[in-house]
Amino acid sequence: MAVIKLPESKVQQLKNICKSFNNDKGELINVLHKAQEIFGYLPAEVQEVVAKELNVSVAHVYGIVSFYSFFSMVPKGKFSISICLGTACYVRGAEKVLDEFRKQLNIQVGESTPDGRFSLSCLRCVGACGLAPVVMIGEKVYGRVAPEDVKGIINEYANL
Amino acid sequence: MELVKLTIDKKSVEVEKGTSILNAARKVGIEIPTLCYFNLEGMNIENKPGGCRICVVEVQGRRNLAPACATEVTEGMVVKTNSTRVLNARRTVMELILSDHPFDCLVCPKSGNCELQSLAHRLGIRDIPYQGEQSTYRKDTSPSIIRDVDKCILCRRCEMMCNDIQTVGALSAINRGFMAVVAPAFEMNLEKSPCTYCGQCVAVCPTGALTEVDNTRQVISALADPTKTVIVQTAPAVRAALGEEFGLEPGSLVTGKMVSALRELGFDYVFDTDFAADLTIMEEGSELLDRLTRYLSGDRNVRLPILTSCCPAWVNFFEHNFPELKDVPSTARSPQQMFGSIAKTYFAKKLGIDRNNLVVVSIMPCLAKKYECQRSEFLTDGNPDVDFSLSTRELANFIKLANIDFNSLPESDFDRPLGESTGAAVIFGTTGGVIEAAVRTAYELYTKKPLPRVDFEELRGLEGVRAATVNFDGLELRIGIAHGLGNARQLLEEVRDGKSQYHAIEIMACPGGCIGGGGQPLHHGDASILKARQKALYEEDRNKALRKSHENPYIIQLYEEFLGQPLSEMSHHLLHTQYFDKSTQIVIE
Amino acid sequence: MAKYRMHLLVCGGTTCRSSESESIRNALEESLERNGLENEVKVVSTGCFGFCDKGPIVKVIPGNTFYIHVKPEDAEEIVKEHVLNGRRVERLLYLEPEKELLATGSKEIGFQKKQIRIALRNCGFIDPENIDEYIARDGYVALCRCLTEYTPQQVIEMIKKSGLRGRGGGGFPTGLKWEITAKVKSDQKYVICNADEGDPGAFMDRSILEGDPHSVIEAMAINGYCTGASKGLVYIRAEYPMAIKRLRIAINQAKEYGLLGKNIFNSGFDFDIELRYGAGAFVCGEETALIHSMEGKRGEPTFKPPFPSEHGFLGKPSNVNNVETYANIPVIINKGPEWFASIGTEKSKGTKVFALAGKINNVGLIEVPMGTTLRDVIFKIGGGIRGGKGFKAVQTGGPSGGCLTTRHLDTPIDYDNLLAAGSMMGSGGMIVMDEDDCMVSIAKFYLGFTVDESCGKCSPCRIGNKRLYEILDKITKGEGTTEDLAKLKNLSEVIKDTSLCGLGQTSPNPVLSTLDNFWDEYVEHVIDKKCRASSCKGLMKYVIDPEACTGCTACARACPVNAISGERKGPHTINQEICIKCGTCMEKCKFNAVLLQ
Repeated sequence: MAVIKLPESKVQQLKNICKSFNNDKGELINVLHKAQEIFGYLPAEVQEVVAKELNVSVAHVYGIVSFYSFFSMVPKGKFSISICLGTACYVRGAEKVLDEFRKQLNIQVGESTPDGRFSLSCLRCVGACGLAPVVMIGEKVYGRVAPEDVKGIINEYANL
Repeated sequence: MELVKLTIDKKSVEVEKGTSILNAARKVGIEIPTLCYFNLEGMNIENKPGGCRICVVEVQGRRNLAPACATEVTEGMVVKTNSTRVLNARRTVMELILSDHPFDCLVCPKSGNCELQSLAHRLGIRDIPYQGEQSTYRKDTSPSIIRDVDKCILCRRCEMMCNDIQTVGALSAINRGFMAVVAPAFEMNLEKSPCTYCGQCVAVCPTGALTEVDNTRQVISALADPTKTVIVQTAPAVRAALGEEFGLEPGSLVTGKMVSALRELGFDYVFDTDFAADLTIMEEGSELLDRLTRYLSGDRNVRLPILTSCCPAWVNFFEHNFPELKDVPSTARSPQQMFGSIAKTYFAKKLGIDRNNLVVVSIMPCLAKKYECQRSEFLTDGNPDVDFSLSTRELANFIKLANIDFNSLPESDFDRPLGESTGAAVIFGTTGGVIEAAVRTAYELYTKKPLPRVDFEELRGLEGVRAATVNFDGLELRIGIAHGLGNARQLLEEVRDGKSQYHAIEIMACPGGCIGGGGQPLHHGDASILKARQKALYEEDRNKALRKSHENPYIIQLYEEFLGQPLSEMSHHLLHTQYFDKSTQIVIE
Repeated sequence: MAKYRMHLLVCGGTTCRSSESESIRNALEESLERNGLENEVKVVSTGCFGFCDKGPIVKVIPGNTFYIHVKPEDAEEIVKEHVLNGRRVERLLYLEPEKELLATGSKEIGFQKKQIRIALRNCGFIDPENIDEYIARDGYVALCRCLTEYTPQQVIEMIKKSGLRGRGGGGFPTGLKWEITAKVKSDQKYVICNADEGDPGAFMDRSILEGDPHSVIEAMAINGYCTGASKGLVYIRAEYPMAIKRLRIAINQAKEYGLLGKNIFNSGFDFDIELRYGAGAFVCGEETALIHSMEGKRGEPTFKPPFPSEHGFLGKPSNVNNVETYANIPVIINKGPEWFASIGTEKSKGTKVFALAGKINNVGLIEVPMGTTLRDVIFKIGGGIRGGKGFKAVQTGGPSGGCLTTRHLDTPIDYDNLLAAGSMMGSGGMIVMDEDDCMVSIAKFYLGFTVDESCGKCSPCRIGNKRLYEILDKITKGEGTTEDLAKLKNLSEVIKDTSLCGLGQTSPNPVLSTLDNFWDEYVEHVIDKKCRASSCKGLMKYVIDPEACTGCTACARACPVNAISGERKGPHTINQEICIKCGTCMEKCKFNAVLLQ
């Protein structure tokens, strides 16, 4: 018998989300979006609850979560850094910017710094090609970023 | 019926509208190679993702090649299955598939029976020009099934079986792109998933990605140990399929040869699970009658319908999915476990040996039996009632390993006392068989009259869900039958919702019942093989002198000497069991 | 709009918002208030103007004055000088690069001159969050006319006559698609708007949804009327929060006005729209994958036929069109199919929106008539190559398209010409490359994208693209062989020929087109072990110019692997066997003696 442990308030929240979509398994992706909004990520426990509520197998839920890059099973850092690797940014040197972030933070894409402050990810085109290369930290967009700017950008968050 | 005319490799052919190019080509003797495609015709089991792209053909007027399995014919279509373009594409696709597959054919358990290997041979692949990174995953071993998904080619047959047919939902396609593979949630071990070990994923896997746990070496060690007495029991469905592994026609009954082979392998006694099947009928049939009479006398606490409990994958299924119904199925243990229990008590005592020195081996068409014999409720002081369970395939390999020329073996009989059985026990191996056997006995016990006819044709067949009514001298006994766990789920949901109209339901996890078990010789999608096996079992039943379980003299003797009567305290202790809630529990912290 | 004597339009597109256009809007409003002008002049936050490279942009109407690179602190000056005194703020005007002239009005800018705006007609002109502004520009007139004047079949005929083809990439005739769905009998049908724009470097659909969401809603309703569908679904990327927000507002407003819901225009026609979110899978742009995703499944495509028009969402007939296709519909109805068909080439009618990006001066969103040449787009509208460098290639069609070169510059852009040239229209991304771009690396970049985005269902796409990527990687590292070039070609052709869906069927195009157009560059990588764009690290080596080296030893001391040796005050050398090409020596050298070759 597998046992999943979650605090009551979170279980209730999840159940409410599922209910707001009529526990319809066709709405699985919408449910997961909402769940990720609340929890920040989709740990196994959350997927188990969603599976149970929507009456689908947890393997199916995981099949979805692992298919779509928007869903994550690991918590993001306090400051989530996303480097746009769309073509426009790529041809304007986004890869070098990414390398610099890797070097400065000493983490790989998809990882978080040990103190949980920064996480690094890539995304494909935010539609701000005019500002290429683009880096997003949370909601804030940095345009025309050069590798030399990276240190300064990170430092902006050092004391936050 | 609308007919469509088309040309395939310059041959004209006329087929029904809706036919695939693949089947239309077969009609004119053109066998287009396939890989992911799988179809158990007439049983509603089809896998047609169009993913492997091996069966691509050229269709005039189309820009790209078309998969023959998924493309329907149209009037006037012109198809080429062997043009240079097609052959080059097919070869390149195969080379790509092989470039992401381990090159360990020599030591792969599937070698010689692998669809990928045969296809590579057929396509004349001699080297792999496109080498590169191979996708690798963690190997996973459970009591029954080994997952070596480095060998997965993503045909999705197992996913289809596990979800669409069995509704178990242990497996799903996960990840995407190059890392996509079929796995349980979070890539957890099968053992932690809701897997029932029905083994249908293994039965359809074209490669060595899903195979059974091989217990042959442990059996060989036991046979070599002079301090051990090693006895073997063989399930009914094995005798109708084992011959296939030695080139015999599907449906050849090889009971006698099998017994000889087991003796040659060195087993001290060769017994029959059928004996225990007769015993099961005594217990389960009595339980049915007991519940029925209590119900008829007005006891509303009685749980009806009664559900059969011989199939260990089915037991796992309801423990995971319907724990609230765990007091509905019969408490009777499966024949394998009844046999083990009687062997290690009654028979050990007869031989005058300690149960620890008696090794019980079972030969089963099933992979879930490997798990079942390890369940803790079937151990006495750590010693299992059944020590090892081998599949039909493992037995065949074992016979080959021992240099035994199976086909020229003489026929011989099972040993006594645990080798005697009736025709009722033989048909346990097919869907409908257990309930027919139960009806034969229950009828006579209930009505105290001899059966006017032994054959209940109304209970037979291969329909997924069947219903029949049997007249017990005025009492209309309503019977439901399901094989395949998806079909079983339908009947179970009715029971859960209080809508079930049946008094008794037989459930077998595998399509066709044990004849289509996960441990049987691979049918590679040929449904006629299952039908032939089923036919063979009914034939063996017909040829038996005794055809009702309660007439088995050794069963009568067993009750007289040891158990007393069905549902006695001794029976309860040795022949009955209980079930557990295995569903995922969400616990609030 | 009549109430105000002047309007200040602030671009609220994603690029401009990213550069604080919100603050500019606030600053303008505050400044107007300070000067007591709040009742005379209105600030409007619009959708994308298209001229993203020069953002944030503020446009003043009347007069069409176009201010670029506006900062919040410029607000006061704009209000005082322009609004109060009627003098243009010259330092914020756009400078035409060729003519060195200050463009005073937006219509004078070369960027705008060759454009015809149909799909983008309202982007940058109206407040997308205000339905009245859409209505003021003939919004919902087309829907009204369809419902009250025409039968569904008549509308379909109009769309067919217009020659409109799907703007999502494939170019399937839109009217025909509608007709097929209309003919299938079913109790329920759906119209689906594909807003899962996933091409890296394309933002047309986003801009339309952010700048003019009602045009899409109106068109979907017309589509529903024609096909007999009462339900519309928009499948939109979750990465587009602003587009989602504006679309939601627009749907609610349309409902309030009775333009969605029951019995629209008293015609008995009911229509509603719901949103479904994508979750980051490029393959969901393929219509069957999109439908599976909307059903809560993995976004894996299935073999066609059956097409969605017969067997779509929840097994019901569904008509799938993309955002830009829809944005054309109301105009076709209002101005007539003949007018629309008069624009463009023989087989490709109307206009096409492109997202112009890369090494080009005017990065942004443009809409040009079909048949405009690449030269006009890149040099006239795009203002030529950045930094005065030479044009090398233009990539159209995203990961499905190819790289075209100088010899294609005079090709009129339409579906068939691009296909014939080895590329495709795709959804409209257009990335310009200059001499610093290595074409092998570009092909590798696209294949990297495909490998990430392949769903994995079919083997040629799942494994084949991975192998293509590996071979390209090998070549960029200087380890390629001539045999690899042959493998690239065969593999590309087989992947195209055998893949299950459009993604795999087009993913080798970046490889094939660069092999065709830049064969010499591949050969240089493989045989001469050289990358002419100096972009492949594996093919470069750091050397020290003995003439320039002063023997200061700074490089040798900094080298992390001690690859540099030499006497103090004598010329140093780099041992290529040891060098890891980190570039530290070059950074440390004060005499420019370290060269990259």
